Amino acid sequence: MCVQCLMLSLCVCVCVCVCVCVCVCVCCSFFLSCESIGKNRAQAATEFLQELNSDVSGNFVEESPDKLLDNDPEFFHRFSLVIGVQLPESTCQRLGAVLWSAGVPFLVCRTYGLVGYMRLVVKEHTVVESHPDNALEDLRLDQPFTELRNHISSYHLDSMDKKDHSHTPWIIVIAKYLEKWYNEHNCQLPKNYKEKEVFRQLIRDGIRKNENGAPEEEENFDEAIKNVNTALNPTKISSAVDDIFNCVQCENITSQTSAFWMMARGVRDFVQNEGNGSLPVRGTIPDMIADSDKFINLQNVYREKALQDAAVVSKHIQSHLQAVGKPSESISEQDIKLFCKSAAFLRVVRCRSLAEEYSTDTFQKDTITSCMDSPDSEMVLYLMLRSVDRFYQQHSRYPGVYNYQVEEDISKLKLCVNSLLQEHGLSVNVKDDYVHEFCRYGTAEPHTVASFLGGAAAQEAIKLITHQFVPFNNTFIYNAMSQTSATFQL
Amino acid sequence: MLKLREKKRRRIEELTEKMAVDVGSTGDWDGRWSHVQKFLERSGPFTHPDFEASEETLQFLLDTCKILVIGAGGLGCELLKNLALSGFRHIHVVDMDTIDVSNLNRQFLFRSKDVGRPKADVAADFVNSRVPGCHVVPHFKKIQDFDESFYRQFHIIVCGLDSIIARRWMNGMLLSLLVYEDGVLDPSSIIPLIDGGTEGFKGNARVILPGMTACIDCTLELYPPQINFPMCTIASMPRLPEHCIEYVRILQWPKEKPFGDGVALDGDNPEHIQWVFQKSLERAAEFNITGVTYRLTQGVIKRIIPAVASTNAVIAAACATEVFKIATSAYIPLNNYLVFNDVDGLYTYTFEAERKDNCSACSQVPQKLQFPPSAKLQEVLEYLTENASLQMKSPAITATLEGKNKTLYLQTVASIEERTRPNLCKTLKELGLADGQELAVADVTTPQTVLFKLNFTS
Repeated sequence: MCVQCLMLSLCVCVCVCVCVCVCVCVCCSFFLSCESIGKNRAQAATEFLQELNSDVSGNFVEESPDKLLDNDPEFFHRFSLVIGVQLPESTCQRLGAVLWSAGVPFLVCRTYGLVGYMRLVVKEHTVVESHPDNALEDLRLDQPFTELRNHISSYHLDSMDKKDHSHTPWIIVIAKYLEKWYNEHNCQLPKNYKEKEVFRQLIRDGIRKNENGAPEEEENFDEAIKNVNTALNPTKISSAVDDIFNCVQCENITSQTSAFWMMARGVRDFVQNEGNGSLPVRGTIPDMIADSDKFINLQNVYREKALQDAAVVSKHIQSHLQAVGKPSESISEQDIKLFCKSAAFLRVVRCRSLAEEYSTDTFQKDTITSCMDSPDSEMVLYLMLRSVDRFYQQHSRYPGVYNYQVEEDISKLKLCVNSLLQEHGLSVNVKDDYVHEFCRYGTAEPHTVASFLGGAAAQEAIKLITHQFVPFNNTFIYNAMSQTSATFQL
Repeated sequence: MLKLREKKRRRIEELTEKMAVDVGSTGDWDGRWSHVQKFLERSGPFTHPDFEASEETLQFLLDTCKILVIGAGGLGCELLKNLALSGFRHIHVVDMDTIDVSNLNRQFLFRSKDVGRPKADVAADFVNSRVPGCHVVPHFKKIQDFDESFYRQFHIIVCGLDSIIARRWMNGMLLSLLVYEDGVLDPSSIIPLIDGGTEGFKGNARVILPGMTACIDCTLELYPPQINFPMCTIASMPRLPEHCIEYVRILQWPKEKPFGDGVALDGDNPEHIQWVFQKSLERAAEFNITGVTYRLTQGVIKRIIPAVASTNAVIAAACATEVFKIATSAYIPLNNYLVFNDVDGLYTYTFEAERKDNCSACSQVPQKLQFPPSAKLQEVLEYLTENASLQMKSPAITATLEGKNKTLYLQTVASIEERTRPNLCKTLKELGLADGQELAVADVTTPQTVLFKLNFTS
């Protein structure tokens, strides 16, 4: 069901389904109609979904995933992404194994009553453009490069006329007052709140005064004061980026090395040499009160330095490409520039395989146990999903589908919960209420829960395909009863 | 709330008695609502304390419950689909817009052939034909075109709006429906308001029980201020391509009237955008600014906020789940604010927004205005618009002077604006206002006049 919500956003889709549309499907599916009853579900859904976007190429296969896994597992190799929806555990595991060895990302989606579940399985997913929400600027005020230093020294605040003084970019203002501060503080940056407060006052005192001794309106100085907090952060490489540089893929460059790791190596070489421990300059500055000339000139100082640094990185990359016998055009200048600009925000996501998650040797015992310290944590919903799968294995059906089954299935499901916990040596408490609730669900797929998960999954799929923004890692649980969610790494 | 629930349940009983339903005659096939039924006909450990498993609740949903959806855009399309597939059959939808080609990437009830038609009409047609038995009634109108008698007929109202002003108006309307008996709120006069909002990859969903929980105005400060560039930057000191575009839009267009006298800049007219684009390039060239593109030009002029189908799906789903919970008492509703962001993984945060003791919309506390008698009316006007808790748009101020109702200032009617403009430079004393005087303020952000008490400070 939620697959249809997913399809609303995706470009190319192949629906694989052996099921025939039954009345129940139609009631909770928007892309099936009464006339669909009796037809193959994949076929019917594909037809309706194609209405949404004429540029989308949609196909369907009338076959069960299990049969395909038996007869033609290579069918799945051709896709950039495979999304599995409401698959029984055994099918999921089989498909997961095939896709893991083929290196195809696998997104598992499931709704069960008022619970939504997603699991991402991808060996390594690299992101250059992560688009972080609150990115700090790269201003280098703590270690101005030569051109910036020269540009700053071209300003003489005290001798400027009123107009120029109040239209000087705050970056310059802070830089100038930092020089004053260094003289009195042994070239040490203001370190703590107290020192920053004194530094702010230093700038405040620099605001020009009128004939009556009252401070003039100098918005650029107000901006400088506001930005002291972040502008003086020491330029440093985040641990996430450091980890990337320390990866074996970054160290061992071969002809199989992807563009991402090639470029990462190029930046690492820069950092260790010309960059003196810093990344290539990003090259952007935020907008600020200033006259056009002063702003553009300052912006150009950063821009040109960024171009320079990117050119050096490019040289490093070229030498690696050469060393492994690949042509220099393999990686475009445009890509290198973008990589350098995004260097501070590179991300790599690695998910454990389903096999690792399920094996009693390698499952995440500590994570599960500590989450269950709060017995109503979303982790209990994960354990319940595992338990209903166990129930299905044993009884070839899910619990509580028919009203008469609800009562008796509660004790049967509880046995499954206990055996699951025992096998994994988990001494956690799963409240009876959850066992009851999952029997009550009886595999109902309320539309709104499916729609929530479909929307969430569609966006993760887009992240995986575009390599922009960061996908979750690796288990997402949505609780529609409490409207809460959690992400676990299992 | 218990009283309300009881009254509702009594209402269900009465109405089901009146309308003996024959399942067959409504075209419901066997098992059609089985997914929904599991939540209504089975008892469970997490249900609302007032919940009673019963077959009547489904009938209430199908035959009686009346929902109003405000907006038939990104959120509205999703909401209509969600409600229709959850068993709600009596749905009204209000939207004042017509379909634009840029809507088609996410407002999936519309196709290219529908461009130009009213959103409400097309949305209703689509849902009614796709979901047999569902009866969506469209209203190609503004929310302000309706009065209390319209809104009073609904059990629950759910909003998928794109404007804070409209939300506040809706909020005010539902507050005005509340009935107090001897200072005690009559719970059956409460119409729950579910509000959803999205912007790019962020969204929120909230449940508002007017008169009981935090209302829109209680949390006004949560909304970030809209970015408008200062005039001096636009006029003489541009630094960004956006400044250049705003220069052409605000200053050059009115001056040069490129398409004739009185022809306003139309963001949907490619010729207009092309003109602005060219002029913006020229302006940018003067200042050595790079980055002006056709797309940026369009984005700035139309104030385009990026919209993504998936965020709308998520938020509308959360909202519809709450509508279901409240209509059926199946579970305790969200209490009361959900925030969602999927820029980096998926993040949700659920918290209880608190009522503001002196909220200008929902508290019974009279609003105060503290000014010296020498203050000019202009200052009062600025306070009403700039204060973070009030954020009025174009307030009209009236006062009772010498037994007569006098308009001190009103912006929205040109002739009255001209007549009352000189009052802005007069002091409160000069205008004849006294300490303790009541001022009545009307504004687009509320359907009801807000009363302020004027306190003179020394």
